[in-house]
Amino acid sequence: MNTTTRILPITRRDMLRGALFGATGLLVTGNAGRALAAAPNAKAKSVIQIWMWGGPGHLDTFDPKPEAGYDYCGPLNSPIETNVKGIRICELLPLLAKQADKYSLVRSLTHDVYAHETASYTMQTGRISGGHDVYPSVGSVVSLFKGYGAGYKGLIPPYIVLTEPQGRFSEAGFLGGRYLPFATGGDPAQTRFAVEGVVLQGITDQRQRSRRDYLHQLDTLGHAMEGDPQVAAAKQAEEQAYELILGDAGKVFDLSQEKDPLRDRYGRNTFGQSCLAARRLVERGVPYVTINYKGGWDTHKDNFQVMRRKLPEMDKGLSTLLEDLSDRGLLSSTIVWWNGEFGRKPKVDWEAPWNGGRNHWGGVFCALLAGGGFQGGHAIGSSDARGEAVKDRPVYPGDLIGTIYELMGIDPAGNLPHPAGDSARVTPLASEGLPVAGHLKEIV
Amino acid sequence: MRIILCGTLLAVALSGATFDIPGALVPRNRIDELVFARWKQLGIQPANLSSDSVFVRRVYLDAIGTLPTAREAADFLADQDPNKRAVLIDRLLERDEFADYWAMKWSDLLRVKAEFPIDLWPNAAQAYYHWIRDSIRQNKPYDQFVREMLTASGSNFRSAPVNFYRAMQNKEPRGIAQTVALTFMGARAEKWPKERLDGMAAFFCKLGYKHTGEWKEEIVFFDPDKKSDNAAAIFPDGTPAHPAAGQDPREVFADWLITPRNPWFTRNLANRAWYWLLGRGIVQEPDDLRDDNPPENPELLAYLEKELASSHYDLKHLFRLILNSTTYQLSPIPRTQAAEHFAAYPLRRLDAEVLIDALCQITGTSETYSSSIPEPYTFMPDFQRSIALPDGSITSSFLDLYGRPPRDTGIESERNNKITDAQRLHLLNSTHIQRKLQQSPVLQAMMREIKDPDELVTQVFLTVLSRYPTGEEWKLVQAHSSSGAARGQAAVVDLAWALINSTEFQYRH
Repeated sequence: MNTTTRILPITRRDMLRGALFGATGLLVTGNAGRALAAAPNAKAKSVIQIWMWGGPGHLDTFDPKPEAGYDYCGPLNSPIETNVKGIRICELLPLLAKQADKYSLVRSLTHDVYAHETASYTMQTGRISGGHDVYPSVGSVVSLFKGYGAGYKGLIPPYIVLTEPQGRFSEAGFLGGRYLPFATGGDPAQTRFAVEGVVLQGITDQRQRSRRDYLHQLDTLGHAMEGDPQVAAAKQAEEQAYELILGDAGKVFDLSQEKDPLRDRYGRNTFGQSCLAARRLVERGVPYVTINYKGGWDTHKDNFQVMRRKLPEMDKGLSTLLEDLSDRGLLSSTIVWWNGEFGRKPKVDWEAPWNGGRNHWGGVFCALLAGGGFQGGHAIGSSDARGEAVKDRPVYPGDLIGTIYELMGIDPAGNLPHPAGDSARVTPLASEGLPVAGHLKEIV
Repeated sequence: MRIILCGTLLAVALSGATFDIPGALVPRNRIDELVFARWKQLGIQPANLSSDSVFVRRVYLDAIGTLPTAREAADFLADQDPNKRAVLIDRLLERDEFADYWAMKWSDLLRVKAEFPIDLWPNAAQAYYHWIRDSIRQNKPYDQFVREMLTASGSNFRSAPVNFYRAMQNKEPRGIAQTVALTFMGARAEKWPKERLDGMAAFFCKLGYKHTGEWKEEIVFFDPDKKSDNAAAIFPDGTPAHPAAGQDPREVFADWLITPRNPWFTRNLANRAWYWLLGRGIVQEPDDLRDDNPPENPELLAYLEKELASSHYDLKHLFRLILNSTTYQLSPIPRTQAAEHFAAYPLRRLDAEVLIDALCQITGTSETYSSSIPEPYTFMPDFQRSIALPDGSITSSFLDLYGRPPRDTGIESERNNKITDAQRLHLLNSTHIQRKLQQSPVLQAMMREIKDPDELVTQVFLTVLSRYPTGEEWKLVQAHSSSGAARGQAAVVDLAWALINSTEFQYRH
């Protein structure tokens, strides 16, 4: 069953939960409250983050440099025109070339961090690592300001990752475990997307219900300690869990409700079906969904063979996602954000054992942004002739992230609740290590 | 094998006292005298004494982070020795798992982690871990344990305690001072006046770090010629320090810190030990000692400090005192709401590592652990217990889901044992847990070997909850199995499933 409206199933539990978390006010105070107050102006309601971990080559995707020659672009030397005049992208992305009016490219993203874990941290928090703290990732920040403490009433957790967390750092940082993503596990390309905890194969609903009764009867200590805050919290969590297990909300993961031709267009593979699942999630109001690209893009070896294999799959999934969101009227309220932790070294490592591989590159790389208030059809900033350094309009991770926050109605200058009461800004100041070039005004 | 759970159910008489033993509380040691006096002063009626079955489970989980086996629980319950609790405590303090569990706790506080953001590197993390574990195994006096770290110099691979100075993101003198204050003084130096932090930072301004020709080796050393713009060294109590020329100022700081007279050092550990075992510090939070955060019971804290110092910093002695007290052995069912006065044992969700180890023990199954950056040191064998993982970067999605601390800062509250919906979903309904139960070699062996259904039910209860079923529970089990909802193996799996999802299993109580 397809629908173009956002469904927010509200149950008694939701109201109870809203009351509980609302009443305690949780952590949303002071400047954090200021961030919340900005919400009515938000253009975007959700973010779909396509996390290209490992770091895809910018020359091989959205910043082609055919003029740089074979040592730089290898066999991928015939970029194609898009439906936006003047924007060319890699020839392995023909479907995305037809959607360029829906997205904008940032070709001057830079942080000069060259190791996966530190670059992942920087790209997902806007900050250089090494201080006293570990800051939360964008998904956790959105979950803080747009999740259960801030009026979200869905049964599906507010921050979902398809299908495994990236695990490079604790994504919730100092916000703590409550703001970690819910990892679905399973594989959406399988006949049944077995979301861990939600869908258990081989147990009928009837047995589920009988087991639940049995569990309640046998909870002797729980009965003896009714009223204890820990017991009450556990009971609350369990009721929520059963709403997902037995109720309709969990059906969001049932991709068989979609028509076959559409599923085919997304691509019958993990990435394509993850894009479809992400669309279904934002359609139901989930504020943040990360697709953690399975297998990654860390192409030290045989870069071009990998690109020929994987880019068509990405092309299909991402272009269909943009089209499908647009067709349903969801693109205007959904940000689609694509990039890795860095790009890849423009000069190809032809010698053994790399055989045409690319090393890490944090000097300059690119991002794709669409929807939720981002205009399409632009390319901002540029890299130099060989794609090695920023030529003009540098964009730092904090600038990009801050623009996403603004569109989501989160004040980038607001404060995050720090466990030791330290001041912690939503996005960093230049004094914290990376320059600040300001938000991406050209495309919002 | 087909098993129908019915037959003559012989209720094991527990006289309704499943969780506690009514009657006047008897003070067992000086701790109790001080705590009872506080209750009297405040008019608090404490909980009853815990039952033997509650106690045996609790003391295993608290002292060694390990569930008692069915046999261990049954033996303890059958033991007629009036002194059996004290005997069990002594035995647990000598178990290998004691060293595992407390090495895990210390590794949280000391941030033993190979990868981001601590970046010790796998073999250095493990050298550090093994040094910590060995220190606990030998019951090294705590003052010596701290001194070895604070004054360490040498290679991260060969002189393990130098990793203390590597296991922090901010290695500038002020950053080091903050970490030392948090770890060994239980103090949040970032809240101190600037001069106090600067004065303490000066003790760490002659610390050098250098790499060698060996891959990822780092030497931490005293560098007398190191230039610094730091203020004069002043102890955090305001006394100026006078390091001799050529003397490593860290030695001077350690001499000041590590003494019973120091107002932070002994107090910090005494308070933390109480927090670890009773779930709440006498000063709460346990790592936020300051003048305007007074102890709930100053005499009690002073007594624990005195015991620690007079036993020459014997942590096991302190644990033994606390574990043997009636205060520790109270039931979890309160009669007055007075958690901050220790008037009942607080419910606490099992630590992530303890929970998964317990599930593996109950089912006889194994877990897979890995690091996001695989190195030879990070490969773990089958049946690895997670309380004994040597490196915080070696993990599993279960541990992350259940709030294992990321070891970013060493603050106690990094360990998050608050229950979440996703955790409940996982234990109730994940393939991971269902597979463990359905394919459990332990449950299958029980069903093969135990022909009497009553005995089988008893064994499942002992294995999961460390106690015998109550009369009421017998009736429920019988009703469920005769209802036709689940038969044979499914009935046993359903029972084990229901018990691991109970409050009693998921929470220390």
